[in-house]
Amino acid sequence: MLLTTPDTATIRKDFPILNRVVNGHNLAYLDNAASSQMPQAVIDAYIEYHRGYHANVHRGVHTLSQEATDAYESARDAVMAFVGAACREEIVFTTGTTDAINLVASSWGGSFLKDGDRILVTNMEHHANIVPWFRLADSMAIRLEVIPITDTGEIDMDAYARLLPGAKLVAVNHVSNALGTVNPIAEIVRMAKAAGAATMVDGAQAVPHMAVDVQDLGCDFYAFSTHKMCGPTGFGVLYGRKALLETMPPYRSGGDMILSVSFDRIVYNKVPYLFEAGTPPIAQGIQTAAAIRYLTGIGMDVIAEIERNLLEYATGVLSEIDGLRIIGTAPHKAAVISFVLDGIHPHDVGTILDEDGIAVRTGHHCAEPVMRRFGIPATTRASFAFYNTTGEIDRLAASIRRTIRLLR
Amino acid sequence: MNADRTKQLYQELILDHNRNPRNFKELTPHSHHADGHNPLCGDRLTVYLRVSDAGIIEEVSFLGDGCAISKASASMMTAAVKGKSLAEADTLFTEFHDMSMGRLDPVKDAHHLGKLTVFAGVRDLPARVKCATLSWHTLHAAMRGETVTSTE
Repeated sequence: MLLTTPDTATIRKDFPILNRVVNGHNLAYLDNAASSQMPQAVIDAYIEYHRGYHANVHRGVHTLSQEATDAYESARDAVMAFVGAACREEIVFTTGTTDAINLVASSWGGSFLKDGDRILVTNMEHHANIVPWFRLADSMAIRLEVIPITDTGEIDMDAYARLLPGAKLVAVNHVSNALGTVNPIAEIVRMAKAAGAATMVDGAQAVPHMAVDVQDLGCDFYAFSTHKMCGPTGFGVLYGRKALLETMPPYRSGGDMILSVSFDRIVYNKVPYLFEAGTPPIAQGIQTAAAIRYLTGIGMDVIAEIERNLLEYATGVLSEIDGLRIIGTAPHKAAVISFVLDGIHPHDVGTILDEDGIAVRTGHHCAEPVMRRFGIPATTRASFAFYNTTGEIDRLAASIRRTIRLLR
Repeated sequence: MNADRTKQLYQELILDHNRNPRNFKELTPHSHHADGHNPLCGDRLTVYLRVSDAGIIEEVSFLGDGCAISKASASMMTAAVKGKSLAEADTLFTEFHDMSMGRLDPVKDAHHLGKLTVFAGVRDLPARVKCATLSWHTLHAAMRGETVTSTE
């Protein structure tokens, strides 16, 4: 344990929602992989914008518009530093990871892929990193091929090496939302580069939980959502290498992505604005800067350490429960535990845990191919954040035991 | 109050039908059958009927897998409609559906639901309503001669 680790009780004071009582119990929020909670500083950023300088960005000469533009654009600098991009032009704001991947599929895929090309996706992708590629493949006679995963929930690297020659794109998540597996992205990217394939990394489950440096990873594209990192919904980031972004056509079109418009000719704006048509979610951008300030204030390495301890504790406690099987047992995992109980459906588990004030996710986690791979319809998933406690994990275990007593 | 809610939904009657579902088999021969699917949770079940020329449900059964609520509801559905006319079963479908949606109060309103009122608690759990109603939707589809139905 790091000596600098702030104690959890202090951290929890920053999150007003953690005081909530749900069904007569203190809330134990263990659904952080779906959406994390917001500290007061991030809530304040929203209120301050709307109370103090709500205005549109990029187009006004008045004071409020300038203040809004400065705050919104400073978020781009904050994100650039947070993920180690080389310059601010590499940070495209989107409405989330899904939107970012759709941008790449539509703009990059639509113009650089051709009939007969092959795209590789892993068997552990979230639907957001499958469906855009499936649709593209369908529309263009492109082949979508699946990189298999092992019984522990890791990418089969030998199979990947065999599938890679000739592939034009590798779409892979950094951390699996359904299994928790942390994938060896730097290695996957190095192999893809050597084979001449581009890389689209879904980082939605990684950025909130570990220090990420996109230049170290070496990928072409990296996407994430801010609502999983103590920030707002409806906002996200596409990192793309500048040289690559500059070769890509616009995505959605309208205001802000142009420099001049006449009925004869349109001059497009430069990246990243080329990909940001229309008024953006301004408050959400400003909140994102606040979320990054908050997370870096604690330190991503400290967060990773706290969550590693929580994962270790939870894995130990849950493994002692008879008939509980953890799905996803890779040695390198984020703080996510997906599990099934013999003879008990996850939806019953979710309902009974909720009655005890414990929020978990049940279902296929928008990763049906993962469920199919393990021959199960659904799992119950507990996913932890740095504000969770071992006490909450004890409550989780007790409630699972109660569920078993009730339903067996 | 809400710990009571769990007890209210996961009552012994439901737990028993979950552990030992009644009429849990394929019915051969059968005159009607339908497959029901809840795409939100992946639950699938098949309902089989043998209906007499006079329109009486002589035999009814189901097969499938799902949560305790959907399994118990299917089991109790088969027990409730066996021996009933198609018209009576249709009334039960409507009443069960209305109760699950909170449109029929089993205490205040007139109905024919009997033991099926044990599922009244799902009206407070919107995410679970379809677990309770899947088998009834599937029965309804089978009675109308449709072979496939979905809660969505």
